[in-house]
Amino acid sequence: MSVALRAAASPREACRHIARRDARLIAGGTLVMNEINNRETVTASLVDLASLRLRSIKIANSRVTLGAMTSMADIAAHPKLKFLKPVVTAIGGPAVRNMATVGGNLHAEAPYGDLGVALLALDARVTLETARQRKTMRLEDFYAQHRKLGAYLVTAVNFALPGANRFFFTKAIRRKPVSASVVAVAAHLPRKGKRLAGPRIALGAMAPHPIRAKAAETALDGKALDETTIAAAASAATEGSAPASDPYASAWYRREIAPVYLARLLAQAAGQKS
Amino acid sequence: MNRIPLRFHLNDAEIGEFIDSGTTLLSLLRDKLGLTATKSGCNQGSCGACTVLINGAPQLSCLVLAARCEGKSVATLEGVSDNGTLHPLQRAFMDGFAAQCGFCTPGMIIAAKALLDRNPDPDRGEVIDAISGNICRCTGYEPIIDAILAAAAEMRGGKRKSA
Repeated sequence: MSVALRAAASPREACRHIARRDARLIAGGTLVMNEINNRETVTASLVDLASLRLRSIKIANSRVTLGAMTSMADIAAHPKLKFLKPVVTAIGGPAVRNMATVGGNLHAEAPYGDLGVALLALDARVTLETARQRKTMRLEDFYAQHRKLGAYLVTAVNFALPGANRFFFTKAIRRKPVSASVVAVAAHLPRKGKRLAGPRIALGAMAPHPIRAKAAETALDGKALDETTIAAAASAATEGSAPASDPYASAWYRREIAPVYLARLLAQAAGQKS
Repeated sequence: MNRIPLRFHLNDAEIGEFIDSGTTLLSLLRDKLGLTATKSGCNQGSCGACTVLINGAPQLSCLVLAARCEGKSVATLEGVSDNGTLHPLQRAFMDGFAAQCGFCTPGMIIAAKALLDRNPDPDRGEVIDAISGNICRCTGYEPIIDAILAAAAEMRGGKRKSA
């Protein structure tokens, strides 16, 4: 294997490199090194993002900004991001969590990319740079469009801190305590009084990238979280999904258990003090 | 080939080598430096057999380009024993029959050492989390978890965990 490694001088320079030649960005390495070791990628050049100062967690005005090179372990260790701890500690194992980055996770295809599931439920915004401009877009739009963006580099994601007991996450796995997702479910459930106001449900491993369960959100919005609404949301959970069959689960099994895991998560949320 | 110079700290030694820029840390350790305790398992980051410590934190050497270790400190199983005296983790693995084929053992011990360096008094759940990225196909994990807890107790001076 012959790979040239060059340090990125700036996000724009990194973009210019990957635009011009057969080059890939490398952040934590858990995705791109895997492809190189499997000979799936024959790349002449890697642009190393470690030299960019993108490893940071900032919280200001109740908004969290995660630099793209922030690791899963960094998130797990942060005292104000405890609501994300169940998400990141179910990824990989400690070694992977020391390496894997926020920016990389947004490019991990199903059944990986659990942090993106949580970020989608939190309505995160993605900041990215191209060779010419910086732009910020909704994570939902990023997932739909990023293959058409040409050369770009994600530099950060940001989202509003959820209220206490308003964010929930669970995933079905084949080997405890960590494994790729059979299905992952994240829910952000803001309330007005006893009623849900603008709930967001995101699913992982139910499509090539994390998706919103919009029909389930509609079934919940404006309602109190009780048995009837939970059942209605669960029955709508898989609408619009397109899970794959892989060594972790069949598409059929994923469709069968996604509603079960959503219902359990909502029941857990209903049991929380409002 | 892109030959580049690399300097880093490995166990108790300063290493200076010319390497191909695409060389993984795992390949450098095993194929060039002859340190074969670190195992090549899946080469996908799934099995944990290649776990080493980089600046004290466990990472998977199959997914690390050696060139990215410039100036860093790398620890492998070869550096865990002290001039032939086994580390308490190594003794506990032997005493507790925590190895059968032994292929996962170097990665397990490195992952466990990373835990005990940071948390000398872990509970069972913390031990399970620490080795959750390391696959063992022989033991069923229980003897490994017991051995790590026994080593932790010994390193604390024979005191049992209060809880």
